[in-house]
Amino acid sequence: MDNHYSIYICGVGGQGIIKTSTIIGEAAMNQGLDVVMSEIHGMSQRGGSVSTELKIGGYNSSIIPKKGADMLLSFEPIETIRGLDKVNSETKIVYNTHPIIPSSANKPYPNVDNITKTLKENFKHVLPINGTQLAIDAGSVLSLNMVLLGAVTADDKFPLTKESVIEAMKNNLKPKFHEMNLKAIENGYKSIKN
Amino acid sequence: MNLKKLVTGVSGEKEFLLGNEAAVRGVIEAGVSIAATYPGTPSSEIGNVLSVLAKDANIYFEFSTNEKVAMEVAATAAASGLRSFTFMKHVGMNVASDSFMTTAYSGVNGGMVILSADDPSLFSSQNEQDTRNYARLANVPILEPSNCQEVKDMVKYAFDLSEQFNIPVIVRTTTRVSHMRGVVEFGDVEDNSSNNENHWKRGHFNKDPSKYVPVPAFAGDMHVTLWDKIHKIEDSTNKSDLNREIEFSTDKKYGLIASSSAYNYAYDVVKFNGLDVNILKLGFSYPFPKERVVEFLKDLDEVFIVEEVDPIIERDTLACIGSENLNVEVHGKLDGTFPIYHEFNSDIVADGLNKILNFKKDEDIAFSQSLEKLNDEIPSRVPVLCAGCPHRAMYYGINVAIEELGLKPSDVIFASDIGCYTLGINPPYNAADYLLSMGSSVGDGCGFSVSTDQKVASFIGDSTFFHSGISPLINAVHNKHNFVLTVLDNRITAMTGGQPNPGIPVDGMGDEAPEVSIRKLALACGCDYVRVINPFNLEQVVKTYREALERDDVAVIISKAPCTLIKGLTKKPPVKFIESNCNKCDKCVNGFACPAISKINGKIIINESQCDGCGACIQVCKYGALEAGR
Repeated sequence: MDNHYSIYICGVGGQGIIKTSTIIGEAAMNQGLDVVMSEIHGMSQRGGSVSTELKIGGYNSSIIPKKGADMLLSFEPIETIRGLDKVNSETKIVYNTHPIIPSSANKPYPNVDNITKTLKENFKHVLPINGTQLAIDAGSVLSLNMVLLGAVTADDKFPLTKESVIEAMKNNLKPKFHEMNLKAIENGYKSIKN
Repeated sequence: MNLKKLVTGVSGEKEFLLGNEAAVRGVIEAGVSIAATYPGTPSSEIGNVLSVLAKDANIYFEFSTNEKVAMEVAATAAASGLRSFTFMKHVGMNVASDSFMTTAYSGVNGGMVILSADDPSLFSSQNEQDTRNYARLANVPILEPSNCQEVKDMVKYAFDLSEQFNIPVIVRTTTRVSHMRGVVEFGDVEDNSSNNENHWKRGHFNKDPSKYVPVPAFAGDMHVTLWDKIHKIEDSTNKSDLNREIEFSTDKKYGLIASSSAYNYAYDVVKFNGLDVNILKLGFSYPFPKERVVEFLKDLDEVFIVEEVDPIIERDTLACIGSENLNVEVHGKLDGTFPIYHEFNSDIVADGLNKILNFKKDEDIAFSQSLEKLNDEIPSRVPVLCAGCPHRAMYYGINVAIEELGLKPSDVIFASDIGCYTLGINPPYNAADYLLSMGSSVGDGCGFSVSTDQKVASFIGDSTFFHSGISPLINAVHNKHNFVLTVLDNRITAMTGGQPNPGIPVDGMGDEAPEVSIRKLALACGCDYVRVINPFNLEQVVKTYREALERDDVAVIISKAPCTLIKGLTKKPPVKFIESNCNKCDKCVNGFACPAISKINGKIIINESQCDGCGACIQVCKYGALEAGR
């Protein structure tokens, strides 16, 4: 049987979500796995919600069914809530706790600690990380996506090796940023492994 | 991945490609000489990639002023014996259709392929129309790839097919195929090198008016020829490997026919639920492979038709059943098994199949009330005009001018157009009341000005103005219409990802190009009032709109400032908030609504990483609480 694994990645336009997803997909391809991914371009780039879906192992469709994700990787707290229809009771929920307040907010932004508390009440594997801080520690807030990439590789069920993910990162990002992004991946990895 | 791999990659090599990138590789493998487009999402990345690679691949590439022009560039190239490629989104086909319909009559010499990307669920479109109707309207073949590998392979095959039958061929993708990524194995590249000094191969047009000039005397015969071709191609569709059966069942009671991305959902649902259903995948769906479909149907009791947008395969299947007198029940969009509109997914397809097959066991997860509450409480995050976007300052300014003139919002109709500025529909600007298509805001200005006594303010982008805003402007002047036309010249085609247009001095291949002046065009159209303004100068904006709105002719205001997303622009330091000066009127948050300014816990906060320092908000604040950064 194929090595099935589905990741739903969500956040806000401009956070590097598509790049992160492409790196995972390329790593999967290099490991000889079947992989499909869905991304949406266009209007959503203008500060709207952005999501990508990655499916490894013998799928034709690139869209994850309801409750079908093994991993929900969210770059932003409230986007985590928006992604919950892809989640089942076994799904790992990894999310960055640093909020991005919507500019056209029709409602006040909910308390992040309350989001974490509520998620933990409802799901088994809830893993909040302060990815933004870990990115700053690695050298730049812009490496947030690599922190979260590192976090995915720490999941026991994740079918790709950290090495192949790093290889794909190097193939996709400028050499002068490799060192910082390696540190970011490491920071993200450790935050979940420990 | 390095994009150059799309040119240098050798046969057997694999890359993780976007569907649109795979299309480019297909074009390169096919040895295309001429490619032309007008950008439209979900097809835009094909042009973005081609514009980078055209020279390396010996392809002439252009961003044409609109899809009709792109169609004509490709058609004449094909008539001259070259392989040509044009691509657009579904609504672009409407613009191109006048020339497209006749290209089917005159046929081609070199292969000509039209890729049209449909957008089920309207991720970035004004309607959901189905390109497959155009194949039937014009009587040309259509291919429907379902994944990235097929996009590449079918684009390449489409050129062979086109040359075999001397007919243009459509490749229809959908958003989920164009914006899907998957592993693509490269094939051989057809040599497209040229001996002349130019990058691309040149053909030769052999005159033959009876073939290329559809005056009534010739066009009648052309129509007969076209039907002959279609009958011959039908034989190909019946034998084509692109229409193939995937066997999951032994007793053949149920079958399923699907195409494009809908096939992917159907395949996954059948496979992962172990359903006793065989699938006929249609990749070459017009001319309809009637014999192939009848062969599939004849042993079945019931068949599901899974396709996105219109029930086209379903109607053709029903026709087969009728003409062959088969006893097969059809479940599709027409009997309500599947939704008649919007994009499908595995859940929707599974729900539809479940109505007949009863296989689903839904396990519900019970959530705590606090989660339900949280779910209801999260704020929405809709696309907005970017921080530093010149359109915001201009929308703010016109609303001030309207108020100063003593007009009510209902006194002024905002006719909008296709582009980023359509986002002006959001409060507080409420600057989009009517919208049809590319260039329509100008024609709408003509109509509203004779059919109402309201003022009309039309908005159009620079690229859209070149696309189809000029001829309605001529109409407006000649017919003495009365409205204010604003050309939002942000020096780029912004919404589709920043392609050049004739208003800037660079062409689609990155070479220097003559810049076409919008101001001179407006003057040449006969407009007496043409003003170029800087939208970030609020006083000038308000004054100009006051003047323009009081006129009784066509007033043209060109609001000229670059899109903030253009790479390499020098940005000013972020604006500073001086709390001691703040009067708490909240005009900067509620009236100006820049995403870089928000009110958190009762305090105004400037998000420094977002603020471009455009300074428009400084002019909005009367109390001096916002000042230029240093």
